[in-house]
Amino acid sequence: MSKGSPISPSLMATKSAGAAKAPERADRTADHAAVVADLAAVSPVLGPNNVVPPTVMTGSQAIVRSLEELGVDDIFGLPGGAILPTYDPLMASTMNHVLVRHEQGAGHAAQGYAMVTGRVGVCIATSGPGATNLVTAIMDAHMDSVPLVAITGQVSSGVIGTDAFQEADIVGITMPITKHSFLVTDPNDIPHVMAEAFHLASTGRPGPVLVDVAKDAQVGQMTFSWPPKIDLPGYRPVTRGHNKQVREAAKLIAASTKPVLYVGGGVVKSHASAELLALAEATGAPVVTTLMAKGAFPDSHPQHVGMPGMHGSVSAVTALQQSDLLITLGARFDDRVTGVLKTFAPNAKVIHADIDPAEISKNRTADVPIVGSVKEIIPELTEAVRSQFEASGTPDLTTWWAFLNNLKETYPLGWTEPDDGLIAPQKVIQRIGALTGPEGVYVAGVGQHQMWAAQFIKYERPHAWLNSGGAGTMGYAVPAAMGAKVGEPDRVVWAIDGDGCFQMTNQELATCAINNIPIKVAVINNSSLGMVRQWQTLFYEGRYSNTDLNTGHDTVRIPDFVKLGEAYGCASFRCEREEDIDATIQKALEINDRPVVIDFVVSPNSMVWPMVPAGVSNDQIQVARNMTPEWEEED
Amino acid sequence: MSRHTLSVLVEDKPGVLTRVASLFARRAFNINSLAVGPTEVPGVSRMTVVVDADGDLIEQVTKQLNKLINVIKIVELTLESSVQRDHILVKVRADAATRLQVTQAADLFRASVVDVSTDSVVIEATGHPEKLTALLSVLEPFGIREIVQSGTLAVGRGSRSMSDRALRSA
Repeated sequence: MSKGSPISPSLMATKSAGAAKAPERADRTADHAAVVADLAAVSPVLGPNNVVPPTVMTGSQAIVRSLEELGVDDIFGLPGGAILPTYDPLMASTMNHVLVRHEQGAGHAAQGYAMVTGRVGVCIATSGPGATNLVTAIMDAHMDSVPLVAITGQVSSGVIGTDAFQEADIVGITMPITKHSFLVTDPNDIPHVMAEAFHLASTGRPGPVLVDVAKDAQVGQMTFSWPPKIDLPGYRPVTRGHNKQVREAAKLIAASTKPVLYVGGGVVKSHASAELLALAEATGAPVVTTLMAKGAFPDSHPQHVGMPGMHGSVSAVTALQQSDLLITLGARFDDRVTGVLKTFAPNAKVIHADIDPAEISKNRTADVPIVGSVKEIIPELTEAVRSQFEASGTPDLTTWWAFLNNLKETYPLGWTEPDDGLIAPQKVIQRIGALTGPEGVYVAGVGQHQMWAAQFIKYERPHAWLNSGGAGTMGYAVPAAMGAKVGEPDRVVWAIDGDGCFQMTNQELATCAINNIPIKVAVINNSSLGMVRQWQTLFYEGRYSNTDLNTGHDTVRIPDFVKLGEAYGCASFRCEREEDIDATIQKALEINDRPVVIDFVVSPNSMVWPMVPAGVSNDQIQVARNMTPEWEEED
Repeated sequence: MSRHTLSVLVEDKPGVLTRVASLFARRAFNINSLAVGPTEVPGVSRMTVVVDADGDLIEQVTKQLNKLINVIKIVELTLESSVQRDHILVKVRADAATRLQVTQAADLFRASVVDVSTDSVVIEATGHPEKLTALLSVLEPFGIREIVQSGTLAVGRGSRSMSDRALRSA
């Protein structure tokens, strides 16, 4: 007898056979149509699963038809030689194709679209440089688990490997940054590959999937029928948490006097905010929401103690550090949250629920691992906690809450007015949030403005806060805001951008203006690569090597963001005085027929606080330069 | 670091070897050896990967491998519960004076001579890595011209079949 054993059986829980079995059922029955209706509920093929009898068409028609059958409404892309055949039938489609100005913009737009709608974002590019321009967005989607399908043209299969014009091995290039990828050289593969791509992107841990289609596969004839059979024998994501593990978790919660719900982006991705609220209130435990989870739990809720991490609030960082139990939900112990790992939450046991088994015990060993979707695990955990509390009593968290509430009061988020008389950037961002309200969508670039937008805008609902968390992609904001506005046209969508970020992707303002996508861009213009400058101030004796951008006060102002906005057909304003902030924001909020660009000229000296300097324990958190909190209340 | 032998069933699709190999490179896992070939099931290949890793790391290796869509199943084969073999071809200097000694040494290891020329022989041997290392150290004094070695192949002892069970559950 072989004693070979499957790896980590406790973590794998039960394999869900239902989804994988469904297509076989359809094949076995003669009455195909009758079964499809019943199948739709369990079919892994996205969309309404309309039955399309075999029809002869070209590969490119099949791509467009597959997208339609998958329920796609909006696509972001830019054509070129190798994808030309597909753009022809696309012209006749009811789907809305948004022509971007740079493929990276298409990728981020598809991400923004996916983040606000929860649907798969779709972007299209041609071969070679078109495809490589998507790489940053694909990597970004991979780091932040965004459901994305990227379709690229490829040179004809006969010349693949010959360094043909605009040939790039995009499948090879993106292999480490996609959930999966396909190279299609036979047009007959298109329907099932498209259905598989959407299935992979949207289920389990979401992520980007690349479909690279050779030009001859687009031009060639094929027989199209729908729904196709999905054949992915190696893909069986577990969604339901293991009962026993859930009960173990409830026991730990009942025994803990310093629990913290450590909530990550997975709760947003799985639409589990309502479930989280119930669990939080059942346990009475404090909640921290990571950068990717802002809005998963209302900022205004008394149990919310803030955002943890390098620029987290003192209360959130300390809650994790002092905790005896981390109830980790869809979070991944990122280094920006943990600081030096071995000093992170040293006395805490760890419950870790995540749909990706590889995240569990990757960075921090879990005492109770639960593999599955937090959407399903959280309600079961709530139930288990309730019965555990009934059996063994509700733990007394009064001391814990007294400690944390004291920290919340003593070290609230705030800022000091800059010494140069210029506007405090934090103030601008706070006012944008206050005047727009929680129903708005806020999309940040990367850097200081991103951290301030996470700190000073109040998030009350999920899918209201978009940013590039894992990848840290400067230039994310404008195109992602564009995608978000296409996905949720009735919401006010703000891109909170930096002057550095804005200069990386602002060409999409043309796309916004021409396609009536009226986003609002607040350029928090501190005339520098602000976060880098902050590190230079703190750790490089103020030697500002290559961080001055000359866009702000007392500089040549190249480019002039107001003129640039106007050139792109946007309403454009400049705001340089604190007393004008509200009026300028109001003016922007009243304009809905075109995009708005506001150049907020702010102080380059403002810094993001609190901060845990890189390479030290979270216990060394500083609330201002060289100022650590006083821990006299520590018990 | 301890040595682990993983049997990995994969879909026989283009790029699957690259996906596995690049995953090891990307995550800084050390591959000691890798062997791949078709199985009794059409469309399914089997890789035997020998990895140097400690407990937590080997768990991470298998979890990351499992995330590859083309990976169907992974089983760790222990030394006691499996048969593990490497294959080696060695070209050794051997003229009329030393040929007999070289072939006798090969015989001791149940290795066979598969090619002879005036001044060399090629010896083929199969076995556990330690046995092959011992063979090489015996042949070394004669002068080794070339070594070609396969990755480890491993199969679980007993009647159970890895692919049978994996594909039924899929």
